[in-house]
Amino acid sequence: MPKDKRFQDQLKKWEASTLKKVTDKFPERKPDFSTGSWLPAERVALPEKEDYQSYMENLGFPGEYPFTRGVQPTMYRGRFWTMRQYAGFGTAEESNERYKYLLDQGQTGLSIAFDLPTQIGYDSDDPHAEGEVGKVGVAIDTMKDMEILFDGIPMDKVSTSMTINAPAAVLMAMYIAVAEKQGAPRSSLTGTIQNDILKEYMARGTYIFPPKPSLRLITNIFEYCSAEIPKWNTISISGYHIREAGSTAVQEIAFTLADGIEYVKAALKAGLDIDSFAGRLSFFFNSHNDLLEEVAKFRAARRIWAKIMKKKFNAQKPKSIMLRFHTQTGGSTLTAQQPDNNIVRVAIQTLAAVLGGTQSLHTNSRDEALGLPTEESVRIALRTQQIVAHESGITNTIDPLAGSYFVENLTDKIEEKVWKYLNKIEDLGGMVHAIENGYVQKEIQDAAYRYQREIENSDRIVVGVNKFTIRDEPPGDILKVNPKLQDVQIHKLAKIKNERNNEIVPKRLSELRNAAKDPDKNLMPFILDAVKEYASLGEICNILREEFGEYQESIVL
Amino acid sequence: MQKLARQVLQNNIRAIAKAISLVENGVETRKKETLIDTLHTHCGHGITWGITGPPGAGKSSLLDRLIEQLRHDNKKIAVIAVDPSSPFTGGAILGDRLRMQKHATDDSVFIRSMASRGHLGGVAGATGDAIKIFDAAGYDHIIIETIGVGQTEIDVMELSDIVLLVLVPGLGDEIQALKAGVMEIGDIFIINKKDIDGADRLRTEVEYVLNLKNNGENRSQHPVIMTSATLNEGVDEAYSVIQSYHQVLVENGELAIKRKERIEKELKHIAATKIKESVDKFLNIDDRLDRWIEEVFQKKVSPYKLLNKKIGEFLQEIDWK
Amino acid sequence: MIKKIRILIAKPGLDGHDRGAKYVARALKDAGYEVIYTGIRQTPEAIVKTAIQEDVDFVGLSLLSGAHNELFPKVVDLLREKEAADIVVFGGGVIPDSDIPSLKEKGIRAVFTPGAPIKDIINFIESVK
Repeated sequence: MPKDKRFQDQLKKWEASTLKKVTDKFPERKPDFSTGSWLPAERVALPEKEDYQSYMENLGFPGEYPFTRGVQPTMYRGRFWTMRQYAGFGTAEESNERYKYLLDQGQTGLSIAFDLPTQIGYDSDDPHAEGEVGKVGVAIDTMKDMEILFDGIPMDKVSTSMTINAPAAVLMAMYIAVAEKQGAPRSSLTGTIQNDILKEYMARGTYIFPPKPSLRLITNIFEYCSAEIPKWNTISISGYHIREAGSTAVQEIAFTLADGIEYVKAALKAGLDIDSFAGRLSFFFNSHNDLLEEVAKFRAARRIWAKIMKKKFNAQKPKSIMLRFHTQTGGSTLTAQQPDNNIVRVAIQTLAAVLGGTQSLHTNSRDEALGLPTEESVRIALRTQQIVAHESGITNTIDPLAGSYFVENLTDKIEEKVWKYLNKIEDLGGMVHAIENGYVQKEIQDAAYRYQREIENSDRIVVGVNKFTIRDEPPGDILKVNPKLQDVQIHKLAKIKNERNNEIVPKRLSELRNAAKDPDKNLMPFILDAVKEYASLGEICNILREEFGEYQESIVL
Repeated sequence: MQKLARQVLQNNIRAIAKAISLVENGVETRKKETLIDTLHTHCGHGITWGITGPPGAGKSSLLDRLIEQLRHDNKKIAVIAVDPSSPFTGGAILGDRLRMQKHATDDSVFIRSMASRGHLGGVAGATGDAIKIFDAAGYDHIIIETIGVGQTEIDVMELSDIVLLVLVPGLGDEIQALKAGVMEIGDIFIINKKDIDGADRLRTEVEYVLNLKNNGENRSQHPVIMTSATLNEGVDEAYSVIQSYHQVLVENGELAIKRKERIEKELKHIAATKIKESVDKFLNIDDRLDRWIEEVFQKKVSPYKLLNKKIGEFLQEIDWK
Repeated sequence: MIKKIRILIAKPGLDGHDRGAKYVARALKDAGYEVIYTGIRQTPEAIVKTAIQEDVDFVGLSLLSGAHNELFPKVVDLLREKEAADIVVFGGGVIPDSDIPSLKEKGIRAVFTPGAPIKDIINFIESVK
């Protein structure tokens, strides 16, 4: 029990207000939580002799500013994070089958992986798409593919996350149109679109247009969705890929929050009210093996964002101030050597994400350094989450690592370093300029280079790669995408183009072109009208390419 | 005629690329000289520009846009992009072409990256010969993008008909650059990234320095242009200014003067190089250098006395081919 | 002066995972080679034209999307078509072991999979240069 009486008073106050508001509506999973020895598991453990003032400033209570200890007052005692496995490959038919399997296995949300041509706005019959159709995700050319993808899946019930950025508006429109066809009311749709173009320029590479028109499309989506599908997360500001590109944990947070600042600025500039969209901003982070640093990273991220939103942008609603995030375990930490070892890595990373307070989680499959995961591998990955949720006990108490000297110091240190980056980026004229002159990319590359050198020199041990290796590993079992798939998809597209109303499609497309010319117009309704007539993704993106131009990569090696 | 030279004159891409490696590697001297000798009479049609300026000024991005303009006029363009070699390992990352890579499949654009290979002055040692190869092969514009380290970029001036100096606000060292005499290099001044704060102020500063410099000089005025390569703004203006600047150089005869100055430098350079090579060869015959060192060390003879005596033999022994 | 080895590191296909390609480019530079880097999303045509203009001795292809069976051989074929078959092509990325024999048959001289140390690539270059 804390000695300082003020902790007790504050705890009671919190229980009667913030906590009660939630538990009245959503009771906790169990009436009592206990450890393996049947000792009580406290909801929120408080310090013994900490300074009350600095505790309240830096940590506070769960569900309250600055949200260091989590965004909800009950956290996983209320309900577990959403277990959401990113999946998708081949045709819409095959992916639809995999989704049904995952839902059957107890997964609680869908996460759609699109193939690269779709992510870059090319139809399957585009010359740029050669060899890539259906490879890293599902190929979507027209709304027809989206109909097949969700065949038999109730869109008003399932929450869907779509990893789509440059052409996010088009895929969002297809999703809305298909839901409408299923009879699901717009207000019932829940999910997330990634819609984060800035990290594409610096890390992931699936950009199409230059920053200015890209930011316009993003704010168009903010505006449209806040009016039409209010429960949808309109952006998932992603550090995941920045980390995959080789950044440090500090850089991951710094560059992601800097992107967030840029989006907020763009939306404010477009005339949106901060509290009308800020609550729908969500984040997406990576989880690596360095368990304690990862936990500190997540906690620091919440605290910094809360400060930014409150102090810099003057947001009022708690929802606008809290940083909610999805986590994926670190793809780049997986090894092609002794792939079963990856199960253990993923388990550590799962712990980090959960101890860090994630809202949803994707766990990678052991064989992803080799190719697409098999069904068995995907199941083990999902089971890993279920074991942590049900068996580890870390879900019975909130933010269990709070108060650890090491974790708290690290949280502070990370925060300090992140602010340094944020100030530097501000000096460079904001994130767009910092990316255009290659500053951010260079920072990431230098970290990636250093990391890899350490592995090469065995200053850093990766089990199975530079130590504890075995000779002549047996080849793993991996999933192969049918090489004929491109032909199948091209054939399907040709058929749809033939059967659709080819008088109205060009009309819709030219309306879209005219709207694109006027920067004050929201493009969402025009895109929606076009996809409903089965205009293809490539047709729509090509119109926009002609109007907006294309981005040219800028890196400094 | 040498086969390689003939293929270069026929604009055979592989041959041009091989020819540049030949002048760059400098291993097969005889073959190289024959090549350049053959190409020489076919040179003079191409216009050579240099693009210089500090790292991060956006030289490659601007060049990428200028190539678009030139292609619009159906010109054939060669780009020589120079990057530094590591003084420790001799390795180099040649990354400039990355920003121009959308022209990679255009048959009328030839981009060649060159490492400086220890040559100072912002360009590579073989850049001059590479220009001749492109010129003879029929390229209308040969553009050299320098390393961009500032004061040491003088060489580009000696190789180009027109030099664009690209400056950018926000690097913090603008004023230093102006003071340090980089301004002497440029014919046309481009303030890139004009959408960044401080671009207008930089323009004012550049114009101020230019006014000081132009006092009492009768050279044509140096234009100052604002661009944004990423937003593709001001590039068309830059292009038309470059064209008219070139026109003026042709009409007032300054281009010919510049080119003669270039030939003068080239002749001096070749002469010095050849003599130096011969000196090295001469000194290494029969361990004579070692003997002389010993003699001078033993105080048997002084260096001047020794060499003044030997210089006659020296000149006669040299095989000038 | 001596002949320098020039290497083109290129990313065909549409994937943007350039961490490995950039690492290899930088590490080869540190090993003393001249390295040209194309950036992401290059068509086989652009890669081949670049290789020829730059007169490189090697082309290293990096691909993580799984399109290697289609795109790697295409680069080799185009080089042959342009009478530049003397340029040595090698590849790397997420490539299943079972695909390697057929890639080698099609003229990709070496394939480096995740975790391969840079010295393997250097040894390869030195052995064929």
